Amino acid sequence: MTSIQQAVTSGLEASSVRFGYRGRAVFDGLSLSIAHGEMTALIGPNGSGKTTLLKLLSGVLRPAAGEVRVEGRPLARLSSGARARLIGVVPQETSLVFDFTVMETVLMGRTAYLGLLGVEGREDLAAASAAMRRTGTLPFAGRLLSQLSGGERQLVLIARALAQQPRILLLDEPTVFLDIRHRLEIHDLLSRLNAEEGLTILTASHDINLAARYCRRIVLLKEGRVRADGPPADVFRADVLSEIYDTPLRVVSDPDCGVPYALPRNSGPSGV
Amino acid sequence: MSSAEDLIVPLRQRRPEGRRFTPARAAGVISLLGAILAACVLMSLSVGSTSAGLGDLMRSSTAAETILLGVRLPRVLLAVAVGASLSAAGVCFQALLRNPLADPYILGISGGAGLGSILAGVIAPAAGLGILMLRPAAAFAGSMASVALLLSLARRRGRLASETMILMGVVMNATIMAAIMFIITVADFSRYAGTMYWLMGTLSSPSTSELAVVFACLALGIAVLSLLGQALNVLAGGEETAAQLGLDVPRVRMAALLAASLITASAVSLAGLVGFVGLMVPHLGRVWLGPDNRLLIPASALLGAIVLVAADTAARALFSPTQIPVGVITALLGGPCFLWLFARHGGVERAR
Repeated sequence: MTSIQQAVTSGLEASSVRFGYRGRAVFDGLSLSIAHGEMTALIGPNGSGKTTLLKLLSGVLRPAAGEVRVEGRPLARLSSGARARLIGVVPQETSLVFDFTVMETVLMGRTAYLGLLGVEGREDLAAASAAMRRTGTLPFAGRLLSQLSGGERQLVLIARALAQQPRILLLDEPTVFLDIRHRLEIHDLLSRLNAEEGLTILTASHDINLAARYCRRIVLLKEGRVRADGPPADVFRADVLSEIYDTPLRVVSDPDCGVPYALPRNSGPSGV
Repeated sequence: MSSAEDLIVPLRQRRPEGRRFTPARAAGVISLLGAILAACVLMSLSVGSTSAGLGDLMRSSTAAETILLGVRLPRVLLAVAVGASLSAAGVCFQALLRNPLADPYILGISGGAGLGSILAGVIAPAAGLGILMLRPAAAFAGSMASVALLLSLARRRGRLASETMILMGVVMNATIMAAIMFIITVADFSRYAGTMYWLMGTLSSPSTSELAVVFACLALGIAVLSLLGQALNVLAGGEETAAQLGLDVPRVRMAALLAASLITASAVSLAGLVGFVGLMVPHLGRVWLGPDNRLLIPASALLGAIVLVAADTAARALFSPTQIPVGVITALLGGPCFLWLFARHGGVERAR
């Protein structure tokens, strides 16, 4: 494979990454490669390192050893602006300390494109409008973030990331505070972005069943190691999941679509 | 949402629709405020313990010329510079510390500048140094040290709760005040009374060179901060998010910190600790214009100048010929304003 082809197919690549917080090691030689066009879920129990891994992949944290590459280039050598034009990040929630409107918030996605004066031009407005249209947030462009529901606010954060016109989208449990309808809505949107626009998507999630339904690849993380990596059907094995979550689980398959589904093995207090 | 917030939100932001930063909107707001400021300056010039007015100046009376241009004008210009500096710095500290209640006075940043300034005042004559540049420089170092301390404390564990940060600032300020009183009592007791006035925040007629220094700092500071407006908007959403949106966070933070500390220090070194301007004015600006710092910073500077010129005019006129220190007026207005905001802001944060 020539280097150009490699650059096109390899989206994000972590190789032998070591990282820790104040002496507590999180990763000791983690390697993971996300190809362009993939839609991948990163799952694992609390404290498995999902959020830390996303921060390493987006460049806000630097590995102590090893390297993260984006499209074949070392992430550490890119300016923050260049990084933001390649990688968009959707956080769990956002600050409401200062009450910006939806439009103002989405336009902040253009930070990496602004000149010295920091004033948005026609292209920036077009990119922001397109992102809002894509996420269905255009109708409330003039409303304040504090007046929106949690689900709407999360859509705005996705729109802000899309306004960056990135090739890769990283999401940190984007639906953790949302109800089932909004969870599905956001995952449908991500699927469309992946299928129709070829956006590479990596989303950390606690909802393993939703991940299995929407992602073609699942990376299971525990204690800083990749414990399983593959299509849902391969990763969803009762013994693997039970061990990783340290709780007895069984796997059934959805009668409608055949997608694997993990359930607790014991049936709870109301037991059968 | 609590029912209190249901009431407050619509009151606070009536119609944000269509609110968006454009150079044209900024130009409109800034020229409106500029015109109001010019009117305030002219009005303030004709108020004072002697009855010299603008009309006397037209009739080219030398006495009126001395009073208006020699005595009152420098003081009014100082009010312009101090009000503008403290307000713009307030907006910047609020964004940097992600706390709309951050005020250079309450957080001890002005206090730090004051301590530096007092130290320079004690040391410079002893060391035979000129005071004109040394005082602002020492004040600058003091305010930088205060902000750096606050920022490092605030960043240690992600984001500090608003109340915790205010509490730390208040304690820091109290400590600095004690240090200032200690220095004055030990080093030069003859200046005790003057220092008390200065600590309260008071405007006198500065020399032309002092005015030149304060306006040079102001111009530089406001220019830098206004250009950093969008960066500060992004930074106020959190440092990690800002970095992910493409901001060079360390550089922006340092530039903003330097600019805001510079203007705080130059204001404090001439006018002492004028309180609450940096809190009230940005809040007023946000209610009117929204939180976008690109407009809020220059607009708050002008609004702050207007407020302080008005407050100083009142300070001179209310009990004439007795002059009240302008800091007394701003604190009498600003203290209750702060308490009201503090009570309300805490509630909103909990509701979410």
